[in-house]
Amino acid sequence: MTITEKILATHCGLDEIFPGQFIEANVDLILANDITGPLAIEEFEKTGAKKVFDPSKIVLVPDHFTPCKDIKSAEMVKILRNFSKKYKTRFYEIGKVGIEHALLPEEGLVTAGSLIIGADSHTCTYGAVGAFSTGVGSTDVAFGFVTGKVWLKVPPSIKFIYTGKCGRFVGGKDIVLYTIGKIGVDGARYRAMEFEGEAIENLSMDDRFTICNMAIEAGGKNGIIAPDIITEDFLTSVAKEKGIFYRSDKDAKYENVVEIDASAIGPQVAAPHLPSNSRDVREFSDVRIDQVVIGSCTNGRISDLRRAAMIAKGKSVHSDVRAIIIPATQKVYQQAMKEGLINIFIDAGCVISPPTCGPCLGGHMGVLAKGEVAIATTNRNFIGRMGHPESFVYLSNPEVAMASAIKGRISHPDEVLK
Amino acid sequence: MKIRGKAWKFGDHVNTDDIIAARYLNTTDINELASHCMETIFPDFSKKIAKGDIIVAGENFGCGSSREHAPIAIKGCGIALVIARSFARIFFRNAINIGLPIIETNFVDRILQGDVIDVDLDTGTIVDINNSEKGDFIKYPEFLQQIIKSGGLMQWAKEKHIR
Repeated sequence: MTITEKILATHCGLDEIFPGQFIEANVDLILANDITGPLAIEEFEKTGAKKVFDPSKIVLVPDHFTPCKDIKSAEMVKILRNFSKKYKTRFYEIGKVGIEHALLPEEGLVTAGSLIIGADSHTCTYGAVGAFSTGVGSTDVAFGFVTGKVWLKVPPSIKFIYTGKCGRFVGGKDIVLYTIGKIGVDGARYRAMEFEGEAIENLSMDDRFTICNMAIEAGGKNGIIAPDIITEDFLTSVAKEKGIFYRSDKDAKYENVVEIDASAIGPQVAAPHLPSNSRDVREFSDVRIDQVVIGSCTNGRISDLRRAAMIAKGKSVHSDVRAIIIPATQKVYQQAMKEGLINIFIDAGCVISPPTCGPCLGGHMGVLAKGEVAIATTNRNFIGRMGHPESFVYLSNPEVAMASAIKGRISHPDEVLK
Repeated sequence: MKIRGKAWKFGDHVNTDDIIAARYLNTTDINELASHCMETIFPDFSKKIAKGDIIVAGENFGCGSSREHAPIAIKGCGIALVIARSFARIFFRNAINIGLPIIETNFVDRILQGDVIDVDLDTGTIVDINNSEKGDFIKYPEFLQQIIKSGGLMQWAKEKHIR
């Protein structure tokens, strides 16, 4: 069996399962946010249930429109807050809250071999620690609140093998953008995406989170990386329990195996309006930009900020550009301050936002006007994603985004940092 | 269950931001969500359609976010059925879970904008009344049929899990 099949089998009490099979599996952690949580709570309350299956396994993270952007979003967060008080679930208040998919691993809530569902499509992020983790809807979450279970169709697996090592200014974001460009936004629809190879083994946890985070942008059910020494070090540093380390069997069955030479990939940029429109950054050097966003559940972790700061140090943001830096969590923010990164950004003319999903989904903290162009380290560049339906979002890694902020047009980092 | 309605055609990869933009997600009100359904790519969609009409789309319908507001907006503005060549997986499960009928079939290629479509969900047959072409589609597996018959996941849960 594959690592995905092993985790799913364990969670539904079967020795063996096969792709296409419907299972009802036990969940180890259920996540909802300020957009999806209120709907789940409505559904939960309609059932008349008096308690949740296990309050310690329910996490409510108000991160999308917080600090609340308007009265309606404040009402939505209030629903989460009241529910968490009533049922004693986990809840992260302003001051503690961060972007869910950066926050939960940092809090030690995601462990290897566990099964995690979240009413947020980027819940697939936690596959980076060797968990089965997938995005579901609000009703699935309500069902989970009551039963501790989720219905799933066992996905076929596709194996992605990355040979070689990543070059300079190339990381997890470039690997995943390149991969989505190669297979398309539905290239892994309903599939488990298993990432391995020399390039993956050499990547930090932050880069691995970035890769698994964007599995959904290829239509994937989950992204997953078999745990190794890097995973173990990370889990030991944040969690009480590391969980169970599964690996795919040598004779595991894959629907497809895709080999990619990571050493041949340059920094990637995905043009509007699909993440699959990815090409080498040098093909976009005539694109002028109005805004840069560095943050999100994809690239708002400390190593992302370090990379951006390395480019920004001693430079100035172009006079036609607004550069917005969003540390994904309070810990990331604090660490960035300790390392002097925040000063580098402010000296360069960037603004620092509190942790929030904010502009990634056109919520607040950097919404685009008609005709404006942004380059962002976020995950989606759909029509109107960051604001006006006639605005344009390019996706990239943090070095490219910061180099572009300085030059005023999409730029390779070596144009700024020789 | 039989459905007859007018077809509203869309292309491939209609994403959840197209169906309901994130700026409207500060509410769970079904009528408000419905009023903005598809507006990014089809202004005034909710005003132009009639109750019981059908969305007909290409590959990967509903890709993007997990927002259940997307099928809720579609259902809320009166759409009775979504037919697509394929669905993105979270949209698929959300539609099943909230009781919005959806079917997957290549027959969408035969359907033109405005055609009247007859669908029988029990027999798995589909007819385009305008050109008299007939097709069929694979019915859901037993497990999903149970959820659909119950009227959605929570109703199914009440019958099976909540005593």
